[in-house]
Amino acid sequence: MKRPFVAGLVALSAGFALAYPAVAADKIKIGFISTLSGPSAALGVDIRDGFNLAIKLNGGKLGGLPVDLLVGDDQFKPEVGKQLAEKYVRLDKVDILTGIVFSNIMLAAVPEAFNAKVPYVSPNAAPSPLAGKQCNPWFFVTSWPNDAYHEAAGKNATDKGYKNAYLIAPNYQAGKDSLAGFKRFYKGKIVDEVYTKLGQLDYSAELAQVRAAKPDALYIFLPGGMGINFIKQFVGAGLSKDIQLMTPGFGSDQDVIRPVGDAMLGLFDTAHWALDLDNPVNKKFVAEFEKEYKRLPAMFAAQAYDAALLIDTAVKGLKGKIEDKEALRKALKSAKFESTHGPFKLNTNQYPIQNYYLRVVGKDAQGRIVNKTIATVFKDHGDAYVQDCPMK
Amino acid sequence: MSLILILEQSLNGLQFGLMLFLLAAGLTLVFGIMDMINLAHGSLYMMGAFLAATLVQATGSFALGVLLSIPATAAVGMLLEVSVLRTLYARDHLSQVLATFALILIINELVRMIWGSDMPLSAPAALAGPVQLLPGMPYSSYRLLIIGVGLAVAVLLYFVVAKTRIGMLVRAGASNREMAMAMGVDIRRLFTLVFGFGAALCAIAGAMLGPILAVQVGMGENILILAFVVIVIGGIGSIRGALVGSILVGMVDTMGRAFIPAILREFISPAFAGAIGPALASILIYLIMAGVLVWRPQGLFPARG
Amino acid sequence: MRRVLPLCVLLLAIAFPLAMQAIDQAYYVTMASRILIYGLAATSLNLILGYGGMISFGHAAFVGAGAYAASVMIVEGMTSAWIGWPLAMAVSALLALAIGAISLRTRGVYFIMITLAFAQMIYYLTVSMKAYGGDEGLTLTQRATLGFGLDPHLDLRDDITFYYVVLAILTAALFFVSRLVNARFGRVLQAIRENEPRMEAIGYPTLRYKLIAFVLAGALGGLAGALLAGQNNYVNPGMLHWTESGKLMIMVILGGVGHLYGGVFGAIGLLGLEELLANHKIAWLAALYPNYQQHSLLGVGLAMLAVVLYAPQGIAGIFRRKNHG
Repeated sequence: MKRPFVAGLVALSAGFALAYPAVAADKIKIGFISTLSGPSAALGVDIRDGFNLAIKLNGGKLGGLPVDLLVGDDQFKPEVGKQLAEKYVRLDKVDILTGIVFSNIMLAAVPEAFNAKVPYVSPNAAPSPLAGKQCNPWFFVTSWPNDAYHEAAGKNATDKGYKNAYLIAPNYQAGKDSLAGFKRFYKGKIVDEVYTKLGQLDYSAELAQVRAAKPDALYIFLPGGMGINFIKQFVGAGLSKDIQLMTPGFGSDQDVIRPVGDAMLGLFDTAHWALDLDNPVNKKFVAEFEKEYKRLPAMFAAQAYDAALLIDTAVKGLKGKIEDKEALRKALKSAKFESTHGPFKLNTNQYPIQNYYLRVVGKDAQGRIVNKTIATVFKDHGDAYVQDCPMK
Repeated sequence: MSLILILEQSLNGLQFGLMLFLLAAGLTLVFGIMDMINLAHGSLYMMGAFLAATLVQATGSFALGVLLSIPATAAVGMLLEVSVLRTLYARDHLSQVLATFALILIINELVRMIWGSDMPLSAPAALAGPVQLLPGMPYSSYRLLIIGVGLAVAVLLYFVVAKTRIGMLVRAGASNREMAMAMGVDIRRLFTLVFGFGAALCAIAGAMLGPILAVQVGMGENILILAFVVIVIGGIGSIRGALVGSILVGMVDTMGRAFIPAILREFISPAFAGAIGPALASILIYLIMAGVLVWRPQGLFPARG
Repeated sequence: MRRVLPLCVLLLAIAFPLAMQAIDQAYYVTMASRILIYGLAATSLNLILGYGGMISFGHAAFVGAGAYAASVMIVEGMTSAWIGWPLAMAVSALLALAIGAISLRTRGVYFIMITLAFAQMIYYLTVSMKAYGGDEGLTLTQRATLGFGLDPHLDLRDDITFYYVVLAILTAALFFVSRLVNARFGRVLQAIRENEPRMEAIGYPTLRYKLIAFVLAGALGGLAGALLAGQNNYVNPGMLHWTESGKLMIMVILGGVGHLYGGVFGAIGLLGLEELLANHKIAWLAALYPNYQQHSLLGVGLAMLAVVLYAPQGIAGIFRRKNHG
């Protein structure tokens, strides 16, 4: 009676042991963690689709190596993201980790990668701590530094002459970065700065406060489902008539336009990318994306596409020899390629240097609601934290 | 702080409280009559929202979709009762807690498998804009609809419970189950009916709140806890208690979230106030519940005399 | 024979990481550590739930409080485990004292509700602690250290060393609990569980016994929390959510209420089942429903329901039944 129990335990351990052959080096294993469920799933899905598109257009390969893509859903929970990272890095021994949408989940998960010397290529989250004092040689960003869109928005609000502004963001690192960025370049008066609970969906209380404060402009950083609900409720409460709503580009891209619709027309936003950017890589990307997925891409997909291109360029440079982690890292750092928004350039802290544009939500030639580029706000803009980073 | 701000926040609190009432009413009846702790009540709320979202898409009409979701969810509830929950009436509270907790996991995953992790549900276009209640105070017309529906259901519930035979049986069962059984009431059928009715109320709340919050897997867990707080404060088995308790909780939560950060901001930094404020509002609700449990454990309006 | 079996299992547990290292599957060592830590947490709950009959729905608060106390120490620069871990136990014990003193005045479902309420309050408190991460949680740059110049040999950053420390602590805790429940205190506690009015009538200060048990359980839970923070190098308010308390209760029931190893069995059972369903492809299940691994919680839920309905004595109950023929 007791022996079978013990024997069973031994057999179980042996069974696990036999199930795992040594890892082969003739393909590239990529761990992809993203938010694929919940109100903000559209962002993770966009990133996954953009990443997959690049792999597909490359014949299922990146840098000449067939791709083994492990996809996991972090369910918008940092603990889950962290556990997935642990599994991919330690159990599956991936070569590269990527995919996470939200900064808080990413900050919980990336130490796993850093400790194991696995490069993390971020197609979205790019919080300020990792740009400055805590910059890490294993961390690469193909999106934009968290503050950047907000800095551009702040400058734009100043240029447009809005005398006072009301700010709302969720209470987490990216939220704080966003309003800090806005205030860095906005020269008007800040009426109020409100931090809401991350994931909050009902903004009736906050909207009543906004109404009472009567600002000229309202700047919100509310990614994913939060923004969708806010804009709907903002319009529903009758505030859109008197207050100019401004968002960072991802607050008003395709993933928000689809559920909100016409209520968004006329909204201003700032971003490093738009559907109508005129370069061959972008044109191909947008056309292929629409063909493959039957919808227009948001910037998240473009960022993920660029992430895949970065990996592709780096691995090609190494001629497929990715076992040497240090070499892989150096290749990622020095990779030069044409991205969806022009020549890709990384700063010394491995965050990108790029242009930022002003966009407005309007209708395109086919009557679809899209973001149209109307001006350049910053050229070759880096970030405010690079001087704190000891990396060269 | 302007009068309009206070008025608007009061309406928000009322709106939230009335929806909470729909959940609490069903929960308190089940707890009061069947003496069963049902953690899966929040899952019925979620099912109501998902069914409504599906039916709205299928029929193209918000009103029709929501109306149809009510009997659909009631049917699901009754099915659940007859198959699984019935065996739990005789068990102790711990078993009920654990079994219904397991049901939450099961139903969450089943919904995820059938529908995916979320579904879109928007308010009808006609109600997407505001209504001018007072000069200088437009209020979301959809939220007004919610308040209207909530009040209507409350009135209907009062009518059914106080003025009909079924209601009398329910009240008898809530105040003294053994006596009701001794008097010959078909207790099994009554239980199933009560459960189905509770599920129907959940469906209304889920469908109405869907456009404001989000129809997603796991949406039941957070509101379930508040529903339990409400019935503890109001008194287990008492619908009147559920109404008073939910309005109280709704108001405290909304007003707390709205005004505590503003008051705190006079003394500390905005980011700090923004963090502590909502937490204090939530803590306040649990403090009230703890207070009731210590000083008047049977609640504000105990059903059992 | 009854003493030999636990000893065999202990020896297996000691050999386990070395075996894993040999086949280059160090991931399972961290998984095993996690299971052992949850085993400790579940054992602490078993003390009051199983032996004491107190259905506390807020136990995750003690685990979480211990985790936060230990993490705050590390963040503030006091990295010694000798300070951090006992402090975690003290914090949780004090919390348990405060909560227990009020809650234990209530009975039945009200006790369940009030423990839940207090746990939620502490949950919201941790959410509001922006200085220590708030909603995002707190990532720790390092684990606690055992110090005293032992570092090169007892570096907790090494997962295998950490595993052995956890194993040692769990073994010590189990030993402590076994002595406690077999002593007069434990017997009185179980008698109170069986029939409190009678014990009161005889003259026992039942509230005091329950409160002491509650505080001890809180302290052990806090220790588990401190270890969990070290294991993950991460804490967040989610650890205190009521659903986590529910999971701990499930572990206790699954493993065997009132059985010494009930907590450990339950942790192995629940976490093992989750891991098995999520990460290891079972052929016939995949044929039935290809995506089943993303819905592992369904299997976990069904297993939990089955246990509650049909095997309320849990895993330990199976052994008990076999023992007594």
